[in-house]
Amino acid sequence: MINPSKLKLTGYRRPDGRYGIRNHVVILPVDDISNAAAEGVASLIKGTMALPHAYGRLQFGEDLELTFRTLAGTGRNPNVAAVVVIGIEPKWTDRIVKEIAKTGKPVMGFSIERHGDLRTIEAASRKALEFVQYATLLQREPFPVKKLVMSTKCGESDTTTGLSSCPTVGRVFERLTKAGATMIFGETSELTGGEDIVQSRCINKKVLGNFNKMFKGYTDLIVGQGVDLLGSQPTEGNIRGGLTTIEEKAMGNIQKIGRCKVQSALEPAVEPKGPGLHFMDSSSAAAEMITLCGAGGSVVHYFPTGQGNVIGNPIVPVIKLSGNPLTLETMSEHIDVDLTGMLRVEMNLDQAADLALKVLQDTINGKFTAAEGLRHDEFVITKLYRSA
Amino acid sequence: MKHGILLHEHKDDVGVAVHDLKKGTTIGAVTLEGKKVGSVKLLHNVPLGHKVAMRDLAKEKPVIKYGRPVGKAVAEIARGAWVHTHNVKTLRWSV
Repeated sequence: MINPSKLKLTGYRRPDGRYGIRNHVVILPVDDISNAAAEGVASLIKGTMALPHAYGRLQFGEDLELTFRTLAGTGRNPNVAAVVVIGIEPKWTDRIVKEIAKTGKPVMGFSIERHGDLRTIEAASRKALEFVQYATLLQREPFPVKKLVMSTKCGESDTTTGLSSCPTVGRVFERLTKAGATMIFGETSELTGGEDIVQSRCINKKVLGNFNKMFKGYTDLIVGQGVDLLGSQPTEGNIRGGLTTIEEKAMGNIQKIGRCKVQSALEPAVEPKGPGLHFMDSSSAAAEMITLCGAGGSVVHYFPTGQGNVIGNPIVPVIKLSGNPLTLETMSEHIDVDLTGMLRVEMNLDQAADLALKVLQDTINGKFTAAEGLRHDEFVITKLYRSA
Repeated sequence: MKHGILLHEHKDDVGVAVHDLKKGTTIGAVTLEGKKVGSVKLLHNVPLGHKVAMRDLAKEKPVIKYGRPVGKAVAEIARGAWVHTHNVKTLRWSV
């Protein structure tokens, strides 16, 4: 049985003491209309990556705060070595830059108004080149598992995820908890029918109160629409794979936390303080959820799938685990951990957890996940309500 | 592989087909730990991942999986029947 404390992990130590497992130089647009300039820089300077997205204009209140937190958190993520931020005007651009700068990593903002795209691209590209030359000199160094921050969320679940890939993550998370690592899970609405299990794991009344408030808020929003959720939650893919109700789906989903306690209930895109398992209030849509985890500092993600969700993330390597034999037969290029042996009752939970830990170690040490190799770079901001 | 149906808990009302199962055949069921739960004769074709009733389930009765209710029967369900959205509905989010 593999003890995570014995894993040999290497990563990039950032100025704030956190460790990244990738070394990206990110060109981060503050808003949708700065995507073109950000992509312009990324196309000129080798080793940079633009993160285009759809929002950042005329948002307000909690929705605006979440977008800021997501963008700044993505720049702050330890998998990112340095950041060029580009916005249409300087004020909101500076807000993102200042938040990233608190980590001590190199960051600089550029704004388009009074310069135009082309002059902005030129100035930002000069800085991006400097950042790439800084980043490419950085070396991996060993780090202890207690410095690891990771996340989990499943997708295109079916009955096989509850029997294989989700409990495998649960068993790994139990071991990681003992080793002092930090983990994030979420998918608020998808706990419906098993929320009592999460409630019973909250370490104190404050955490329980926070969780209950988030859970009630999300389910009230859903029920308040007054529509039959069948087809959306569970999804048509879930139903095709044999899942019948939200409770059945939730019970499979919740297997991912094993017997771990819940240390805190975090607002979306907030970095956990301290080790152990943390709940993050989040959508169950894969791209949104992993983007929020990345903004919360997760450097690697376990993604159990049944029917074969192909999701990836530009800065957080996504490890796919599946026990569905049809998925392994028809779309194996997407799956990193083959758990079909569990359905044949030839592989037990501890053996599956060992396999998942070996793949985690390789991924941390630099091996591309299937999603990385297949260029699955889904970066999606969670929008809470309409813009002004 | 001798079994065709996998159960989370020994007493669950429903088990999961681990490959496509044919109507009329008699299929063995086991728990995740490999404990035998007997066998059932299938009343329908049941695709991989879909559920089979391990016992007769009365209409309106909760359906037990993972050792707890995951929905209710909205029709009489016979042992060996295919169990899905046509005969089981959520106990939550009902409109």
